[in-house]
Amino acid sequence: MKLQTVLELPECKVLVKGDPAREISKVFCCDLLSIAMGKAPADSVWVTVMGNKNTLAVATLADVACIVLAEGIGMDEGTLEKAEEEGIAILATELPVFDIGLEIYEAGAS
Amino acid sequence: MGDQLIFTYVIDGNDFTRAGEASSSVKNKLKMLGVSSDVIRKTAIAMYEGEINMVIHADGGTITVTISDKDITMVLADTGPGIPDIEQAMQEGFSTAREEVRSLGFGAGMGLPNMKRYSDEMHIDTVVGQGTTITMKVNL
Repeated sequence: MKLQTVLELPECKVLVKGDPAREISKVFCCDLLSIAMGKAPADSVWVTVMGNKNTLAVATLADVACIVLAEGIGMDEGTLEKAEEEGIAILATELPVFDIGLEIYEAGAS
Repeated sequence: MGDQLIFTYVIDGNDFTRAGEASSSVKNKLKMLGVSSDVIRKTAIAMYEGEINMVIHADGGTITVTISDKDITMVLADTGPGIPDIEQAMQEGFSTAREEVRSLGFGAGMGLPNMKRYSDEMHIDTVVGQGTTITMKVNL
């Protein structure tokens, strides 16, 4: 599945579109950055309610393709600009973590 | 080929939001050098965990990264409190991080275990009250 498919999900608002042609490996759900750092698969879509600067740093270093902020969580403008530079997609949704994770899974990620 | 590239970073111990900049910089340099993405990921994760640890526990420090044709060596040196019990600190889930650090999503006791997991060699030199130097190697 390409990132484009995730960007098109109706429940998600695209804050940064990243690289829509990037091939997605998996959906990964976790809020503890310490765990995500070691466990988030490369090229994954990472669903979380942590929207701070460190979330982006972890995503960048772990080669995550896309961060999906669940439960209506936002991200500050500076961090979004940095995400743009790093080529990482940022999406926001009102849905809970499990619901949006399942939706992405059903759209084609494993 | 005895050529080596050496980069040194001073880590600011007061700014938690900037932690990771040194690791990001190394990641970009390795990308430009054409290093495989798997090696870059291992190096970036191992170094970031070390960088975060320096900010959380040791009020910053310095990181020296040496890139040779065989491996990437990271030396993380701080003058922080030291690690009283390395065996305990290496256990997943053991953490002495402050509450504010935990509220940011860190402090799950995964830092040192992740550093060991993602590096091919790791050595810890620590003296309580004087500081810690951690050397990690990732093979190319």
